[in-house]
Amino acid sequence: MITQAGLQNHTATDKAARSFLILAMSYLLFGLLLGVISGFQYLLPPFLKDQLSFQQTRPLHVYLVITWIFTAAQAGIYYYLPRISNRPLYWPAGAWLHFIMQLGVSVFIITCFFLGYFGGREYLEFPPLLGVFILLSWLPFVINFFFTLKSNYKTAPLYIWMWSTGILFFYITVAESYLWLFEHFRENIVRDITVQWKALGSMVGSWNMLVYGTGMYVMEKTSGDDKTARSPLAFFFYFLGLTNLMFNWGHHTYIVPAAPWVKTVAYVISMTELLILAHLIIQWKKTMQGAKKNYHLISYRLLSYADIWIILNLTLAIAISVPAWNYYTHGTHITVAHAMGATIGINTWLLMASVFYICKNEKAGLLEKRKPLIGKGIIITNISLLIFWIALLGMGLVKISSKLNNEVFALMMQKSKPWFQAFTYSGAVVLIGLFMLVYAAVKILSGSKTGDADKNQPGF
Amino acid sequence: MVKVVIFAGLFILYSLYSILIYTKGTENAVALSVPEQSKISKGKELFQKNNCIACHQLYGLGGYLGPELTTVYSDKNRGELYMKAFLKAGGQRMPNFHFKDDEVDAIISYLKYVDATAVTYKNPE
Ligand code: HEC
Ligand code: HEM
Repeated sequence: MITQAGLQNHTATDKAARSFLILAMSYLLFGLLLGVISGFQYLLPPFLKDQLSFQQTRPLHVYLVITWIFTAAQAGIYYYLPRISNRPLYWPAGAWLHFIMQLGVSVFIITCFFLGYFGGREYLEFPPLLGVFILLSWLPFVINFFFTLKSNYKTAPLYIWMWSTGILFFYITVAESYLWLFEHFRENIVRDITVQWKALGSMVGSWNMLVYGTGMYVMEKTSGDDKTARSPLAFFFYFLGLTNLMFNWGHHTYIVPAAPWVKTVAYVISMTELLILAHLIIQWKKTMQGAKKNYHLISYRLLSYADIWIILNLTLAIAISVPAWNYYTHGTHITVAHAMGATIGINTWLLMASVFYICKNEKAGLLEKRKPLIGKGIIITNISLLIFWIALLGMGLVKISSKLNNEVFALMMQKSKPWFQAFTYSGAVVLIGLFMLVYAAVKILSGSKTGDADKNQPGF
Repeated sequence: MVKVVIFAGLFILYSLYSILIYTKGTENAVALSVPEQSKISKGKELFQKNNCIACHQLYGLGGYLGPELTTVYSDKNRGELYMKAFLKAGGQRMPNFHFKDDEVDAIISYLKYVDATAVTYKNPE
């Protein structure tokens, strides 16, 4: 039961949470725009080559969309913390300090990219010192998280475990990705690359923990089922996922000449994901029934679409983790299909479910009004994303066939042209679809008071 | 309680495995003299400062707009002169970085070193 005092406390932090959401969605739109520009650079070689080359557009795109994922997850957690713990946020001013630092660091990083200052490490392409600032900017969030919840992990629901794990591993993996600053790592390419893949592979796992935890919380609240997040089966899959986060990264390094056991460990662990896939497929009918029943709930609809994308991407991921196949698929756009399929189809959908869940809590009336636009945005994004995903697989297959026929790079690029077109044009439509969702969400969150009354109903 | 124990157990295994990876199984296979090492380090620095990784891959890490460079040095169709041409003048998609001769040399020695380590790459079986 939520007390009146509790409600007042929400109001104070909800504003910070809303600001984080709007910041997160600005990263998304800006990142999408740069993605589309870099797509056009595939199609038209001279496009912005001298003003804003792929050397800048790719890191900008990747940095911005990944920052969307982290920031949207954090925004949701700020919103949910006081509701879960039934106490005010431990350090409300800390949330604003976090906001200012986050904004400052990202503006700095974006400026570095535009000006051409690079650290030159895949995914963390900004100068290394900025990594320290990213970790610092997270500190108020970490303090708020642990001190507001004061969780007893023996009884805590799974999403709290997942969020805690995500935060812990974010710190570990960002620190690990800077080990190259030491000669012991930097001067040995095999060690450097192996450790970098290790850090990045687990870093993806860390944001997945934050995002999947959010999805699970939203599912609990929209479906009213509060048993799943405490069930032994759910915890079993959490530990399986955690084992993968810790040990499966080696499937990125099959081609790196490290010792064979690195690969064996990764291969064996990666294949345990088959259990997760089988579980999802067995659950499929139930998921679909739930989806049909709750289709009118935007968040539920998004969670169900994320499920479809999980099955597609997990199947692909398991396939490319088989060493004999990985030998051909690595270094092709099949890897990109896996990366973007998962970050859009799964992560972005789960986070959008959280965004619209918050919209519903805040302003149910306004959400109702925007529903047709949101519905169209979801359909447009899903269809274009499917084409986008298939186009990336197509680009990958052309590259594999070129490799087998010993063709030169220029010929391969020429043969890929129809796929580049499908990729770039469908990518532009993904941008339009997601823009519709962001537009609706921003309008709702910053709209007038309609629907505010709902917030005062206990147990919303 | 069981959950906390499982977590702690996995975390300890993870820490041990990390230390193992940092020290064993990834030893340097190519012996280098001090001057060679310093030239390679300079090449690597240039490679990072100019963000070559946005368009090129080494061992699968990096973007895909440009060709992968792990074995460019020993590739029959490419090799040293071919690399030099692109590093000096750029290409249709690759920017011209206006490198000086010693910078081009440093980058090439770095890529030569990477190529020398790429044994599994050349013969997967
Ligand atoms: C904007 C993307 C981009 C950046 C940044 C870039 N390259 Fe390239 N590079 C290419 C492309 C594309 C080609 C193939 C030729 C072409 O179309 O220009 C290429 C070709 C090459 C080649 C010739 C090998 C081959 O297989 O064609 C070498 C060597 C090379 N680049 C090295 C580098 C180095 C070193 C850097 C960093 C200093 C760098 N490149 C930065 C895009 C890039
Ligand atoms: C929410 C939306 C998106 C997310 C989360 C996302 C995420 C990512 C990630 C993680 C990568 C790195 C992939 C890898 O290294 O394997 C990437 C690369 C890329 N993305 Fe996106 N992306 C999104 C939308 C788009 C759109 C709409 C386009 C438009 C065409 C696009 C174009 C690209 C391009 C061109 C690359 C570089 C691929 C390469 O290296 O050749 N992205 N994106």
